[in-house]
Amino acid sequence: MLKIENLKADIDGKEILKGIDLEVKPGEVHAIMGPNGSGKSTLCQVLGGRDGYEITEGSVTYQQQNLLEMDPEIRAREGLLLGFQYPVEIPGVKNIYLLKEAYNARRKHLGEPEADTFQFLTMVREKMQMMQMDESFLHRAVNSGFSGGEKKRNEILQMLVLEPRLALLDETDSGLDIDALKIVSEGVNHLRSEDRAIVLVTHYQRLLSHIEPDYVHVLTGGRIVKSGDKTLAEELERDGYQAIIEEAA
Amino acid sequence: MSAISRDTHYGQQAEQLDETLPGHLPQWLLERRRAAARRFVETGFPDPRDEEWKYTNVRPLTTKAFAAAERRDALDAATIAGHAPAGLEPIRLVFEDGHLRPDLSQLDPLPEGVQIHGLNDALREHPDFLQPHVDAVSHERFSPFPTLNTAFMTDGVLIHLARGVTLERPLQLLLYGNDDSEALWCHPRILIVAEEQAAATVLEHYVDAEGARGFTNVVTEIVAQAGARLQHYLLQEHSDTAYHVGNVFVRQHRDSVVTSHNVNMGGRLVRHDLNVDLIEPGAEIHLNGLFLVGGRQHADTHTRVHHSVPHTRSHEEYRGIAQGHGRGVFKGRVLIEEGAQKTDAEQHSANLLLSDKAEIDAKPELEIYADDVKAAHGATVGQLDAEALYYLTSRGIPRETARAMLVHAFAEQVLERMSLEPVREAMRDRLSRRLPGTIEGSIGY
Ligand SMILES: Nc1ncnc2c1ncn2[C@@H]1O[C@H](COP(=O)(O)OP(=O)(O)OP(=O)(O)O)[C@@H](O)[C@H]1O
Ligand SMILES: [Mg+2]
Repeated sequence: MLKIENLKADIDGKEILKGIDLEVKPGEVHAIMGPNGSGKSTLCQVLGGRDGYEITEGSVTYQQQNLLEMDPEIRAREGLLLGFQYPVEIPGVKNIYLLKEAYNARRKHLGEPEADTFQFLTMVREKMQMMQMDESFLHRAVNSGFSGGEKKRNEILQMLVLEPRLALLDETDSGLDIDALKIVSEGVNHLRSEDRAIVLVTHYQRLLSHIEPDYVHVLTGGRIVKSGDKTLAEELERDGYQAIIEEAA
Repeated sequence: MSAISRDTHYGQQAEQLDETLPGHLPQWLLERRRAAARRFVETGFPDPRDEEWKYTNVRPLTTKAFAAAERRDALDAATIAGHAPAGLEPIRLVFEDGHLRPDLSQLDPLPEGVQIHGLNDALREHPDFLQPHVDAVSHERFSPFPTLNTAFMTDGVLIHLARGVTLERPLQLLLYGNDDSEALWCHPRILIVAEEQAAATVLEHYVDAEGARGFTNVVTEIVAQAGARLQHYLLQEHSDTAYHVGNVFVRQHRDSVVTSHNVNMGGRLVRHDLNVDLIEPGAEIHLNGLFLVGGRQHADTHTRVHHSVPHTRSHEEYRGIAQGHGRGVFKGRVLIEEGAQKTDAEQHSANLLLSDKAEIDAKPELEIYADDVKAAHGATVGQLDAEALYYLTSRGIPRETARAMLVHAFAEQVLERMSLEPVREAMRDRLSRRLPGTIEGSIGY
């Protein structure tokens, strides 16, 4: 589904990603862990298609296409969705409006007719219940004045509505209290299926006890220095990154 | 084409006014007109060297030999029907090329104490009633255009609300430019007088047939006596080839509240001056404005609020959007005089540039001579938030649509202040049509 080969990327002439290799197949859940500033969000944003990065080497193939040549909106419509570490506040644009435009853009892309408003709203309400979000959030401006946890729930709500093939979740668990973490994890688990893949960026083993990953990768200094199964996360939780970084050096 | 000789063209036209205008003009008006015509011939059109006209060159107006449009009565009811915001159900006066069309208007039944007269009818039937209201508030301190209006005004309306009366239904003045001939002008005069505790909502709405290129030079005089409440909507949707100069003068007495919504989306060259005098304690003005310029459009708005007594309030929210080669100007002057303690004056101007070639100048101007006042102002000119744009596109929303969504969100800060939902909705719709990128449905609002 996704194949990253020797990906190198600069910001303002400074190399942040220094040769990333990663392959994600349908049905898999990957966790990426690593110290602050190691390049996790950069990797997510490069995959999401944000401006401002210069790809100096390597390639990214997503569903047999060159991902790096696609505009962000096309990536999303092809099913690659990014959950932001810091969801953007958009005053004046209502949540429901974003959802509807995004939903219909995807349908149009797939050659399907525009959604019936009533059915759409019913579906959205169902997903909101799952995320234990009050309906009033539909009519609030996107992320504006939302608490940290509310923003993250809102990201997952978008995922549930838009049903990505590949969900990249950048620290969706940060800033959540215990109950919210459970709700968000359930939302993510709801997305799991044979033909979908999920990549989680997280600092905490906590999340991985709710969403069991197939693979865990350690990203540090712009490289994936170690990969393993879920026991790697436990190891990290116990010993910290230092041992692994030294081992890799 | 070189500049028209004012002496020969406008001077002669003014001389002939007595003959060309309806024969029932009262003497006081004739004299006032002649004096105004003489003053205009002397001063002429404003010069870009004049500080008040620094950003707006009216040269396109000076090179045409304008004359009044003939009455044609070519406009039909079907065309008109398309220009009432859906669901508004206003009472209505329709003007075609500056001439009142009573047959297309509908005023009945007006509540007792409300008088609405076409200006020409008022001149003929109630000249003495009219006299104190013409030029009661208007002045020529910042612009020669009101003078020009006095000299050449042909028609318009007098709206008079007696003490304590409320006009429940909004009144729409639909001024329709139907004749697309070259160099036509009209000088509507709109007089709104609300006595003590009276209330009304008046929409001054400009629409044109496609390709109309006339010049509208309107003067609106608003008097709100003690406790009166008025809402004035100025909706300018001229064709992109038309010229529009509007001078609004507001005088407010004790505890009156006036709200002005000024939306500019059309016109090739547009200039608005809103002059507000708060002359008794408790008077409160709200000035809300939105302009959108694109192509080669130019829109310039000057607001001037004059706080001359204690305990008055002004609140101003103006927003501008420029795309293409559009050019916008906002200048907001707030003058708080020495004795005007406890004034509460707030002004915000936010502006959005959607292209490299677009330009907006925003200049707040606070002059404060009292020491115990609350005054705040801010002006910004910026671009669409790149982060927000990326966030929306990262959800699959087409870039153009995402841009339009953000522009709408920006405009909504002004539109949401309108209490008439049908007008809000109509303006959103116009905005959509003038922006690239489609927005499906209107579920967002
Ligand atoms: N616009 C920028 N200009 C310069 N450096 C940047 C810019 N954006 C990010 N960086 C740097 O790139 C490096 C990687 O940042 P990134 O956000 O990818 O880290 P991260 O692994 O997601 O960290 P965290 O765990 O704190 O979220 C950091 O050193 C950061 O300071
Ligand atoms: Mg990060």
